[in-house]
Amino acid sequence: MPLPLLLSLSMILLAIGLYAILASRRASCSLQVYGVSLVICVILLGMALTHLLNAAAPVTLTLPLGLPWLGAHFRLDALSAFFLIVVNLGGAVASLFALGYGQHEPAPGRVLPFYPAFLAGMNLVLLADDAFTFLFAWEFMSLSSWALVMAHHREPANARAGYLYLVMACLGTLALLLAFGLLAGANGGYDFATIRTVEMTPGLAALALILVLMGTGSKAGLVPLHVWLPLAHPAAPSHVSALMSGVMTKVAVYGFIRIVFDLLGEPVAWWWGGLVLALGGITAVLGVLYALMQHDLKRLLAYHTVENIGIIFIGLGLALAFQSNQMYASAALALTAALFHVLNHSLFKSLLFMGTGAVLTATGERDMERLGGLIHPMPWTALAFLTGAAAISALPPLNGFVSEWLTFQAILLTPELPQWLLKFLAPAAGALLALSAALAAACFVKAFGITFLGRPRSPAAAKAQETDRYSLAALFTLAALCLLAGTLPGLVIDGLSPAVGLLNGGAQLPAQQHQPWLTLVPVADMKSTYNGLLVLLFMALSGILAAVLIHGFASNRVRRSPAWDCGFPDASPAAQYTAGSFAQPIRRVFGSVVFQAREQVTMPPPGDGRAARFEVKMRDPVWDYGYAPITQAVIALSKRFNNLQYLTIRRYLSLVFGALVLLLLGIVLWR
Amino acid sequence: MALITDYLVQGGQMLLILLLAPLLTGWIRTLKAQLLRRRGPSPLQPYRDLLKLLRKDVVLADSASWLFRVAPYLIFAAIWVAAALVPTFASGLPFNWAADLIAIVALLGTARFFLALAGLDTGTSFGGIGASREMMIASLAEPAMLMIVFTLSLLAGTTELSAVARFMLNADVGLRVSLALALLALVMVAIAENARVPVDNPATHLELTMVHEAMVLEYSGRHLALIELAASLKLLLYLSLLGCIFAPWGMTTAGEDLTAYLTGVAAYLAKLGLGGFLLALFETRIAKMRVFRVDQFLGMALMLGLLGALLLFVSRSL
Repeated sequence: MPLPLLLSLSMILLAIGLYAILASRRASCSLQVYGVSLVICVILLGMALTHLLNAAAPVTLTLPLGLPWLGAHFRLDALSAFFLIVVNLGGAVASLFALGYGQHEPAPGRVLPFYPAFLAGMNLVLLADDAFTFLFAWEFMSLSSWALVMAHHREPANARAGYLYLVMACLGTLALLLAFGLLAGANGGYDFATIRTVEMTPGLAALALILVLMGTGSKAGLVPLHVWLPLAHPAAPSHVSALMSGVMTKVAVYGFIRIVFDLLGEPVAWWWGGLVLALGGITAVLGVLYALMQHDLKRLLAYHTVENIGIIFIGLGLALAFQSNQMYASAALALTAALFHVLNHSLFKSLLFMGTGAVLTATGERDMERLGGLIHPMPWTALAFLTGAAAISALPPLNGFVSEWLTFQAILLTPELPQWLLKFLAPAAGALLALSAALAAACFVKAFGITFLGRPRSPAAAKAQETDRYSLAALFTLAALCLLAGTLPGLVIDGLSPAVGLLNGGAQLPAQQHQPWLTLVPVADMKSTYNGLLVLLFMALSGILAAVLIHGFASNRVRRSPAWDCGFPDASPAAQYTAGSFAQPIRRVFGSVVFQAREQVTMPPPGDGRAARFEVKMRDPVWDYGYAPITQAVIALSKRFNNLQYLTIRRYLSLVFGALVLLLLGIVLWR
Repeated sequence: MALITDYLVQGGQMLLILLLAPLLTGWIRTLKAQLLRRRGPSPLQPYRDLLKLLRKDVVLADSASWLFRVAPYLIFAAIWVAAALVPTFASGLPFNWAADLIAIVALLGTARFFLALAGLDTGTSFGGIGASREMMIASLAEPAMLMIVFTLSLLAGTTELSAVARFMLNADVGLRVSLALALLALVMVAIAENARVPVDNPATHLELTMVHEAMVLEYSGRHLALIELAASLKLLLYLSLLGCIFAPWGMTTAGEDLTAYLTGVAAYLAKLGLGGFLLALFETRIAKMRVFRVDQFLGMALMLGLLGALLLFVSRSL
């Protein structure tokens, strides 16, 4: 019986959190908390893997907790097993990383109690089988992660990030609360089994979809609800950033999938898919464009999370569109692509955030303009970070490419859709996906190149040292998994199949493990194939062959000398390209439209000794046109209502009388 | 037996493109020189250059890291594998299915990623300027290329290049608007991706106008030889791509007899020669554009590609 064990392990995580409150002053506490978290996450991971790979039947459990007439329902099925794998893999590696990284934590008392609680919260969301338990666990996850964001609360930027996160999390939960109210139907059955049977009118179902998009989208970082994410994720300690970006956003994706694909049942109207597809495409491109403009390494990564959530939602939107037209084989491909990308993103985003954490401990800097040349003192961290950067840029033979390839293959099936709007939306989403992939490559050339390559731009970067062994073990575990998932994608897809079948009326992709050479053949009659293993093999063979031949027969000597640089080498590291200058061409091409980027050069006249100035002004369209008007309206309204505090007694009495009359009128009209 | 022949043909094709690539570059250089009324070097000059470079010492900048030394091999391997997957004289070779057209585009992306990183590695301003501009160009050229892939695969019903080529050769494709748009877009992308005039100038060493040459400025010796060879291979790849999709005539399928293979090779050589001639002619007739015009040029390629794909979404007969 795996479910009681899963739940009790989550409870142990909570208990560890309680223990950490008492013991956090002890030096050994950090090792104990992260060590136990690591062990528990590994056990949970193993249990979820066995459940998914054996395609075991769903198991349920009801505990007499929570609402008295409802109880707490829990369920483990293929979908929650898949997401349990994602969460606990991320959790295990983050704990391993934190065994080393946590030693540098200045205020462990603010991190250690909440870290295991955060892990437990995420696990409970995935196991919940009724609305009350789900929302309770969801809020638990939000609040414990909020506490982690506020761990370094004395920095003003973190306090602002925490406030914004709290507001957005409340908004999201409110939307989910209303959505569950609609889903429960007239009789108010809040356990998921009852919700599945409720018949909804198309209008109410559409309203529920939009509420769920708001609720889960604000947690996942869907544009325009992403504003808190690039502020809050970087504020937390790096292993927590890795969890929030790599894993918690996936719990939000789980929420969306669970409610829309499972609880709502068949999509009622074709435009559902179109809406999700369009949101996904916009999110993908805007996310990566924002990322390109950032110089703060952690914030850049957080914006990339927004981009990748967009890619996942493109897959989900396609799946909805196919399902609403009863094209289940195509929907299986789109769903597989989305779920595969969920796994991939959790791998490489955790890797990149932890790599940044290693840089942060080595130099104390997150600003790329003050880093550089770290590949010399930190070669291993650099290699792992490079693997993650190449994977997130969708470069073969790593894993990011496979899921994007699958998404492209799903888009190529869309001409079969009967609705004209979808026919136009799908290739447009394809173009946006292609654009975001290409821009992501540019962004990670910048992120890796400016941080790790070149010459150090500050004394702190020059004095960096390689990170500790725990951290390196965590980084290389993830890097190896990126390579494995990229070269053996067929095995991952077969593992995913039960989850896809659960959401898709039993339809799933054909089994891949019997294909010759483990080739990926997603649609049998389409003849589109990809084999990451062979590509890796061929590349390794031809590269090694070239190296051996050249070193053996031509020349293998190396001389060191100063850089050539067309004859004008500049000894100052300030003459190197910076993150800002690297992004300048792209800022001119894309940013002048999207962000209204304006460059201003102030050059003093000859003879004037003042320094020249270069300024870039950018506007955030989502903030300026979305949130700023709302904020202004709220402030204007509250100023107006502020007058209510200074009225005479006669006015107050007449207000009371007016309200009474209105209420009575309302009752009369209502009847 | 048939299997062994197939593998031999596959290996032969890999060697053939490796050996032909410098010749193509040399052929274009000679033609360009003669079009400008210069005598020009022999078409075999690139081979001599490569041999000379291979025998020289590598001079590494003090600030270069291990990535700088590994990158040439990685770039060469990625581009060679990508080029080997494009059908040249025969389609349906044993490993054609290992990667489809999307993967070929992505492999070129891998090569570009590492080339740009190598440009940043020594920490010189020229490497940076080249890397930054290359990534800007690629951020438009790659989506445009993928839109072309969309157009082709919607027509042929597959993204596997060998099957696309066979479809173009055998099926009654006819003249189509979408294919015309795709052809135009592909030519524009090919010019940009291979750093040719008007996007970049392969012959320039005027500092502020170069993109590709700026990235590889710090390379020398065998590393430079590999990068030059990879650049030639990439040019060959794009010409083969144009040939196998838009002029598939004369291409044979795997398993035919020797005469068919020989005809295939002859047709392929003729296509390369013609493609090289057209490229040289085009390059001598046009001036290089400013860097910030390139985005309009490539934006047009992207729009053409998207339009081609959209037309096919509207009707399969367009």
